[in-house]
Amino acid sequence: MSYIWTIAEQSKGKLRDVSFELLSRGRKLADKMDTKLCSVLLGNNVTDETLQELIYRGADEVYYIEDARLENFIVETYSKVLSDLIKEYHPHSILAAATSSGRTLMPHVAIHVKTGLTADCTELDIEEGTNNLLQTRPAIGGNIMATIKTPDHRPQMATVRPKSSRPLPLDKSRVGKIIRVALKDELVDSRVKMVGFRKDVEEFVNIEEAEVVVSGGKGMKKQENFVLLRDLAKHFDGVLGASRDAVDRGWLPYPHQVGLSGKTVSPKLYICAGISGSIQHLAGIKTSEYIVAINQDPDANIFQLADFGIVGNLFEVIPKLNARLEAYKKEAK
Amino acid sequence: MNIIIPIKQVPETSNVKMDKETGTMIREGVVSVINPLDLYAIEAGIQLKEQFGGKVTVFTMGPQAATKALKEAIAMGCDEGILISDRKFAGADTWATSYTLSEAIKHIGEYDLVIAGERATDGDTGQVGPGIAAWLDIPLATYVSKIDEVTKDSITVERLVEDGYQILQMPLPALLTVIKEISNPRLPTLRGKKKARVSEVPVMSAEDLKLEESYIGLKGSPTKVVKIGYPKVTRGGKIVKAAGDEGVNEAVEGLIKFLEAKELI
Ligand SMILES: Cc1cc2nc3c(=O)[nH]c(=O)nc-3n(C[C@H](O)[C@H](O)[C@H](O)COP(=O)(O)OP(=O)(O)OC[C@H]3O[C@@H](n4cnc5c(N)ncnc54)[C@H](O)[C@@H]3O)c2cc1C
Ligand SMILES: Nc1ncnc2c1ncn2[C@@H]1O[C@H](COP(=O)(O)O)[C@@H](O)[C@H]1O
Repeated sequence: MSYIWTIAEQSKGKLRDVSFELLSRGRKLADKMDTKLCSVLLGNNVTDETLQELIYRGADEVYYIEDARLENFIVETYSKVLSDLIKEYHPHSILAAATSSGRTLMPHVAIHVKTGLTADCTELDIEEGTNNLLQTRPAIGGNIMATIKTPDHRPQMATVRPKSSRPLPLDKSRVGKIIRVALKDELVDSRVKMVGFRKDVEEFVNIEEAEVVVSGGKGMKKQENFVLLRDLAKHFDGVLGASRDAVDRGWLPYPHQVGLSGKTVSPKLYICAGISGSIQHLAGIKTSEYIVAINQDPDANIFQLADFGIVGNLFEVIPKLNARLEAYKKEAK
Repeated sequence: MNIIIPIKQVPETSNVKMDKETGTMIREGVVSVINPLDLYAIEAGIQLKEQFGGKVTVFTMGPQAATKALKEAIAMGCDEGILISDRKFAGADTWATSYTLSEAIKHIGEYDLVIAGERATDGDTGQVGPGIAAWLDIPLATYVSKIDEVTKDSITVERLVEDGYQILQMPLPALLTVIKEISNPRLPTLRGKKKARVSEVPVMSAEDLKLEESYIGLKGSPTKVVKIGYPKVTRGGKIVKAAGDEGVNEAVEGLIKFLEAKELI
C-alpha cells in the first residue's frame, strides 16, 4: 500500500496543532500521487470526536493505538510500536513534526526499519515518474538548501518544523475511517520511566510553535526593560524570545533562546529589538515568514534579513508602537 | 563511571562573514572546530567523571585532521581520544554514521553512558544521537538539560520538551543528547594542553571495526543529496530611520501599514 502517513501528536488526550499542519502537507503529496493520506496517533483517552478532527482536516484514515502506557512519550516504546506498524502496512512516506518527540522518535525508527530520514524539511514534493519524495532542507545555519531523495528505501521519512505550514480548514463533509490498533504487549519497553514533570517557570513558552515571537537582545540593557517587549507581544498574542547574550545575562531563561544553540523558530512574524543579527542568531530565524527589526545601528546585520526595519532607539520606538497598537485595537472595535 | 562522547569537527561559523553583494556566506579561510554544541556534552562528561571517577573517552568519525578536535577535548580534561577514519566512510548520512559510531562504541568497550551533542551545526539534523541509541538498543534521553541523580546502575535526568521538563529515570548504560543548559564548558588548561600534545590518538578503519560494508559511507546511506542551492540570505526589506519625535511617529506609522498589508494585525 503506497499511502502517505503523518504522525499526529497529542498531549493529555488533546491533539496538538502540528498534527493538522502535517496533514495539510501530506494532503498535497497524497493528491499528487492519487493515494490515501493516513494519520497515526499513539496515546491514551483520546475521544472519537478528537480523532474525527484528523479526518476533517485532511486524513482519509486514522490509525489510533491506545494504551495507558502510551500516555507519555517514551521513545523506545513509541519507536517499537511505529516500526511494527510500518512493517505491517508499508507506507510510501511518513511525515512527522520536528518537535522534541518527533525529532527523537523518527531517527530511532529510521534505524529499525532501515530507511532514510531528512530533518527539518521546508519543502516537500513528489518527483514525477518515480514518486520519490523530494525533501528540501536548510543546512549550515540556513546558508545552503539541499534537496534530498531516498530512492531505494521505503518508507521515505521527513520531519518538518511546526508552524511552517497552515492547517487545512475544518471540512465536516469529509469522510474517513478510524482504525483502532491494539497495542502488542511485547512492544512495550519498560526500561525508561517518567518519574515527574517540571513546569516551574512562570510563563513557560514554546517559542517553536508560536505564531508571533518578540525577541530582545543585549540592546534591551536590563531585565526590567523586557516589559516593553512583553506588552508588544501581547498585541499579537505572541511569546518572548531572546538572543544568547540576553539569556546569558539571565534576563530570560534558556527555553526562550533563539538561534544556533537555542531554538529555531518559524513564526508568521518575528519582531526583534536590540539584537545585532549575528550569524548564530540569524540561523534560528531564517524560516520566519516576516521579520521586523528595531536597532539603532544602521549597519546592524539584522537589517539584511528584515522585511521591515526601523533604525532608531528602541526605548523611543517601542513605547510609541505599543501606544499606537493599543489605539489601533480600539479603532478596530 | 565510563563515559563515551562522540564529537564532530565542523566549520567554525562565528567568524563567517556574509558577502553583502551576493548575500551568501563567505566560507574561505573558515577553520574547523569542535561542534560547539558538543562542548556541553564534553563538559557534562568531565563533571561526572570528577564526581564519580572513571574515564571519559572522546571519539570522532572524520578525516585525519579531526585529530585536532580530539586533542582539544583531551586538553579540556577528557582521558582518551580515538579517530575513526576511512575513505570508505565518505558521504555517510545519519543512518550510516550512527551505524559506524555505534560499532565504534562497542569496540571501545565497557561504558556506562554515551553523551552526544544535541546536533551538529553543519549537518544540523540531531539524528545521530538517537540513531546510535537505536543501534545499541540502550535507553535514550534527548534534550537533556540536567542530571538529577546517578546511582550505580541508573540515571535520572530532566529533558526539555515543548511545555516543560520531563523527568526520566533509566538504567545504565544509556545515551543522552544534551543542550546548553546542562553545563558551562571550561577552557583547556595549560596542563591539559601539555597532556593533549603527548597523547596518542589511535586510528581505526572500517576493517578494524569489522563493519558491514553495505552499511557505511555513501553506499550505505539511504538518503542521497540530489541538489544544493545557495539561497540569498538578504531579504531586501524596507528600512526606515526613526530620528526625533516626528521620525519615530512616521516609522511607527510605516510599520503599522506594513503589518496591515501583510494581515499581521
Ligand atoms: C557557538 C555559538 C553559538 C551561539 N548561539 C547563539 C544563539 O543560539 N543565539 C544567539 O542569539 N546568539 C548565539 N551566539 C552568540 C552570537 O554570536 C552573538 O554574540 C549574540 O547573538 C549577540 O546578541 P545580541 O544581538 O543580543 O547582542 P549584540 O551583538 O551586542 O547586539 C546588541 C544590539 O543592540 C543594539 N542596541 C543597543 N542599544 C539599543 C537601543 N537603545 N535601541 C536600539 N538598538 C540598540 C546595538 O546596535 C546592537 O546591534 C552564539 C555564538 C557562538 C560562538
Ligand atoms: N562524524 C561524527 N563523529 C562523531 N560524532 C558525531 C559525528 N556526527 C555526529 N556526531 C554526534 O552526533 C551529534 C548529532 O549530530 P547530527 O545528527 O549530525 O546533528 C553530534 O553532536 C555528535 O555528538
